[in-house]
Amino acid sequence: MKLKKGIPVIDQGDKLGFWGGKFGGNFVPETLKKPIEDLEILFNKLKKDKNFINERDKYFKNWIGVPTRFIKLENLTNYVGGAQIWSKVVSDANGGAHKIYNATVHCLLAKRSGKKVIIGDTGAGYAGKMLSMAAKKFGLKCKIFMGAKDISRQQPNVKAIKKNGAEVIPVNSGSQTLVDAVSECMRYWVANCDTTAMCVGSTVGPAVFVRICGWSTSQISRELKDQLIDKFGSIPKKLKLYNCVGGGSSSFGFWNEFMDYDKNQCEFIGVEAGGPAESKKHAAPLTYGSKIGILHGAAQYVNQNSDGQIEETESISAGLDYPGISPLHCFLKDTKRARYTAASDEEALIAYKLVTKFEKLKPSLEPSHAFSVAIKEAKKFSKDTIIVVNSCGDAYKDKGIIEKKLGKKYVKSN
Amino acid sequence: MSNPISIALKKANKENRPALLTYTVAGDSSKKQSLSILKSISKNADILEVGVPHNTPVADGSQIQTSAYRAIKNGIKINDIFQVVKDFKKLEKSKPIILMGYYNMIFQYGENNFLKKCKISGVNGLIVVDLPWPENKNFAKKCKDKSICFIQLLSPTTTNKRLKRIIQDSHEMNYLISMLSTTGGKLKVSPHEILKNYKKIKRINPRKKTVIGFGITEKTISKLKSADGLVVGSAICKEITKSLKSRQNPVINVGKLVSRLKNKIK
Repeated sequence: MKLKKGIPVIDQGDKLGFWGGKFGGNFVPETLKKPIEDLEILFNKLKKDKNFINERDKYFKNWIGVPTRFIKLENLTNYVGGAQIWSKVVSDANGGAHKIYNATVHCLLAKRSGKKVIIGDTGAGYAGKMLSMAAKKFGLKCKIFMGAKDISRQQPNVKAIKKNGAEVIPVNSGSQTLVDAVSECMRYWVANCDTTAMCVGSTVGPAVFVRICGWSTSQISRELKDQLIDKFGSIPKKLKLYNCVGGGSSSFGFWNEFMDYDKNQCEFIGVEAGGPAESKKHAAPLTYGSKIGILHGAAQYVNQNSDGQIEETESISAGLDYPGISPLHCFLKDTKRARYTAASDEEALIAYKLVTKFEKLKPSLEPSHAFSVAIKEAKKFSKDTIIVVNSCGDAYKDKGIIEKKLGKKYVKSN
Repeated sequence: MSNPISIALKKANKENRPALLTYTVAGDSSKKQSLSILKSISKNADILEVGVPHNTPVADGSQIQTSAYRAIKNGIKINDIFQVVKDFKKLEKSKPIILMGYYNMIFQYGENNFLKKCKISGVNGLIVVDLPWPENKNFAKKCKDKSICFIQLLSPTTTNKRLKRIIQDSHEMNYLISMLSTTGGKLKVSPHEILKNYKKIKRINPRKKTVIGFGITEKTISKLKSADGLVVGSAICKEITKSLKSRQNPVINVGKLVSRLKNKIK
């Protein structure tokens, strides 16, 4: 299995949509074959269309607000010692997380295809919040599928979704988290694909959804590349990019533009959710060696039992609480381009405490996982090593959990 | 030797009626009970579809989901399902059995192992909901080599060009999804519209048998009588749920339901 240079990773799949011959694909009911093919044709055409790119860039610039900041975490660097710790503050984006890029592109595609309704899944609530924002912006009716457990633990985002005029549809099946929300959303699409567009909230699902999402979030690394050159004159000789990985949309977007660099120069570190330290459950299929299976239309490493039933996950972070992982990350793992590890709930909370203590930055629980590993590893590296952590979400949505786990002062400070 | 599925379809055809296909989930609500249910409906059903429960079913509505989750919760494993089929076949050797499920279960078992086990247990056909054409080409061929009918699904969204190619590659029986819906949806298109699609498929190759499923209940079944076969699934799963809730015997109630269904298409 080999990663090709000079070809975007999203376009390295084969005719049937498999990366490396075995990850991804289209394991979908017959009814979805046609709508997926239609979407593929539309996307393949538009991603080469200058007018469409200009339109995308216009909304990215004027509405989402690009570029997001690239800042040095001076105090944290001094405290930790070792490598310089920087952050790409993607949570600056309109709505407070990277999910806005994919949501915007899906709404633009839906408009082009003449669909009036758009549906989407959400875990942490960000994908849902952003889709509801974009749908409102582009005059589309919007329905968001969300697990009942996530609805109760991510209330600020649920309120935002409703405020944007979208309908929140609670999903009560299974573990009542993201995995069930994606299933229910796909089921709704099966029944309504003639009138409705579907947005999959991460780089998961049938191949075209993986590609659209990866194409959209790649905005992050396009900006970062310019910002790095701006700050250092060139891409640093020792660059390490840390990102949390749930479905994998922010990390893929954070890394994409650096794909062709040698990994000794630009190393990618993906941090999965290890779950509570004392629990056997986790959301880290790459770190803990889960087997390949089929989930939501794609072949990927996925937590499952020997019969092929998908296993329940557990993580403090709703956005990472997913048993599978993007086929793109499976591909990056097996080609050894990226390195994957996990942080536990407790480690993420400690990292959150440290970052908020030293910096004017409040990463949500998802990027707190990435900060945890970055902080741990920074000590081992030389001063000329540049660590960049993608702070891809804002902690506002987690205020309930953080207050419960760490006390009130961590919600109020900063 | 003809596949029992073909024989059953031909027999119904000779009797000038559609074949009745039932769908129940293996292990719902227990291994033993699901076997009893199969026995009780086999008098009136021509072909038995046995669902392999999966916990992330992307094409099933709430009735079948409820049955599947119940079966999984009660501990059904894939080897138990083969055992249920085997036990049933000891009593009713010629009654065709189709396993219906999602690809991950087959993938984890290993395609070859799975088919070997199907053969030993007496499975006659397979429906794999999320393994569409052309992705299913290799697996369908392996099925054919083992004389197991791989049933292709056709949908109202399937383009004409695709229909032709799928039917060309298909085995003894195809399955037309009546409408855009998960299983168990309310029939939202007219029977006339469904039969129009059906006839279009039959025109491509009149010799290939095509059954219709999704949204078929006691109320709607007689309107689709002209098809080669009709599948009832969610209505049966719903009956099981209802019986369990009211502490009645699902085996008896489902048996009665299937008998009523049969009377409507005679």
